[in-house]
Amino acid sequence: MLRFILRRVLLTIPVLFGIVFVVFAVARLLPGDPCVAALQERATPEACAIFNARFGLDQPIPAQFWIYLTDILSGDLGDSISQGRPVAEILVERLPLTLELTFFALTLATLFGILFGVISASRRNSAVDVGTMIGANIGVSTPVFVLGLVFIWFFAVVLKETPFALPPGGRLTAGISVVPLAESWGMTEAEGPLRAIVDFFSNIYVFNTLITGQWGPLGDALRHLILPAVALGTIPLSIIARMTRSSLLEVLGQDYIRTARAKGLGERGVVLRHGLRNAILPVVTVIGLSLGGLLAGAVLTESIFGLSGIGKMITESVTARDYAVVQGLTLVTAVIYVTVNLLVDISYGFLDPRIRLQ
Amino acid sequence: MTALSPGVDEPVVGRPANLWRDALRNVLAQRVAQVGLALLSLLIVMAVAAPLIATHDPNSTIGIDEGLLAPGAPPELKGPCIHLIGCPETRPQHLLGIDRNGRDLFSRVVYGSRISLQVGVLTVGFAIVIGTLLGAVAGYAGGWTDNLIMRLMDVLLAFPSLVLAIAIVTILKPGLLNAQLAIGIVAIPVYARVMRASVLSIKERDYVVASRALGESSGGILLRRILPNALTPLIVQGTLGIAGAILDVAALSFLGLGAQPPLAEWGSMIGVERNQLFNAPHLIIAPGIALSLTVLGFNLLGDGLRDALDPRLNR
Repeated sequence: MLRFILRRVLLTIPVLFGIVFVVFAVARLLPGDPCVAALQERATPEACAIFNARFGLDQPIPAQFWIYLTDILSGDLGDSISQGRPVAEILVERLPLTLELTFFALTLATLFGILFGVISASRRNSAVDVGTMIGANIGVSTPVFVLGLVFIWFFAVVLKETPFALPPGGRLTAGISVVPLAESWGMTEAEGPLRAIVDFFSNIYVFNTLITGQWGPLGDALRHLILPAVALGTIPLSIIARMTRSSLLEVLGQDYIRTARAKGLGERGVVLRHGLRNAILPVVTVIGLSLGGLLAGAVLTESIFGLSGIGKMITESVTARDYAVVQGLTLVTAVIYVTVNLLVDISYGFLDPRIRLQ
Repeated sequence: MTALSPGVDEPVVGRPANLWRDALRNVLAQRVAQVGLALLSLLIVMAVAAPLIATHDPNSTIGIDEGLLAPGAPPELKGPCIHLIGCPETRPQHLLGIDRNGRDLFSRVVYGSRISLQVGVLTVGFAIVIGTLLGAVAGYAGGWTDNLIMRLMDVLLAFPSLVLAIAIVTILKPGLLNAQLAIGIVAIPVYARVMRASVLSIKERDYVVASRALGESSGGILLRRILPNALTPLIVQGTLGIAGAILDVAALSFLGLGAQPPLAEWGSMIGVERNQLFNAPHLIIAPGIALSLTVLGFNLLGDGLRDALDPRLNR
């Protein structure tokens, strides 16, 4: 098992290297002089000479790539021009929201996707099956931004003043705030990477409020998460439901399922223990791959629901021509995506011993 | 699909002539494909006959001429008046009402079908041409060429598509054509992989070896012997790809990075009017439904094609 994990990890390294290279190449392809972009009207030839020397831009391209690579490995993603502070700092502030949102969306999609898929497959061609699959087809075809806006209209406008009303955006109701972890833990004096890590987890509101027992803000944060998470999770939910159904149907046609039935096992045991366990592998693959769609969808969801995560930051930075932020966030998103798919790959080894031995 | 079939006819000569007719019959027997085709036929009719169907020019601010948005207009003339859900006879009749700039929404939705159709076909067409070329070269040449091309494809696949497309649009500057180019680039790896897999499975077959022995050039073998065999997965993937491309380009336009106003593109229409959600939700819902149905049509047709043409992928 250890050898299997090690091999998968090693295979990921060239891909990560490639990602850094593509992001670097994109940065070099950017129109205009980076010095002019950064210093704007202050970009005199003398200032640019100093600037280029400072950031290694006077070096040959391979040397520049090396500088970029070592910077990234030491956690330096460059500086945002529009905000005048390091991109890494912005990440600590904004990434938690995006992770929280994608985590909830993916959890919803996985739980309900598998549930609907199993129900559909075990009652093949029934009204429930047909209805679920029609729903899944519509779900997969509805853009996140349309669904999100329709949800806002329905839950915040139509259902206004009813108990089912949900907030149209934001992370917390005005007036409610979350006590930072650094404060709860008496670490306000701390600095450097430790503080960054504490702040990072502190900004995952659901996690923060849960472990420090701030129940009011926790409920409020969750209420604000429902609409964006459902809007974002609908497409993967539909894909997972379809994949679970088809994979399970294939397995349920196998001989050992007939054997299980013949020995008098209840239908539930047949479907869940013998069927689903063997059908789950393609479903896990789809779950891993749908993270890419979720991270991309987060860009739209955050923009619609006014959530300041990295998705919204990317769009804002494109408009502000803040290239360092676009690069840094693109890089981080891709690395998250690759890492999760590495974990999915490794999970195969646990789910299916045959793969481990190949 | 239609763009690809002319090249197909030639290599099929000598085989039973009803091969494609059989495939077509298989496709048409699928319920999902029928629904998909019906939706797409509707879309195509709408796009082709847009000037006949639309009641107004999509870009003329007719509502302003009618005084609907004038600051001094009487209150009963203001606000959304949607013919479809009832509109007093005294007021100008607009099937789906008018947008914030006084343009007829129905006409804009109708004209939007042209853009979406064109976006889907051109974007995927671009990705298929480049992707097949790269995949064919990789599969046929093998060795380090294969390695280099496919590792590059792996890296492109490692980015969430819309995020990479946003990064590319940043370089190219926002605009519909650039958004299409960005989404097209992001889609290349899928087709490269499909083509490479086909090439690898076919290039050692007897009839290919025979063609080579007869002195046919590599290009000829690729074009006449290998490409026709790779067409089925390409067509299936391409149809599903059109759905994805329309969605992604609409998403870029929604964010203001694709089609620019006043172009009647569904994503950009929704993006521009999103703040009207609370008092005029139809401005978002109408183009939203049009967009979803278009994507649904291509998705269903793609699923139907896959089930009918490629039993191995039958899920």
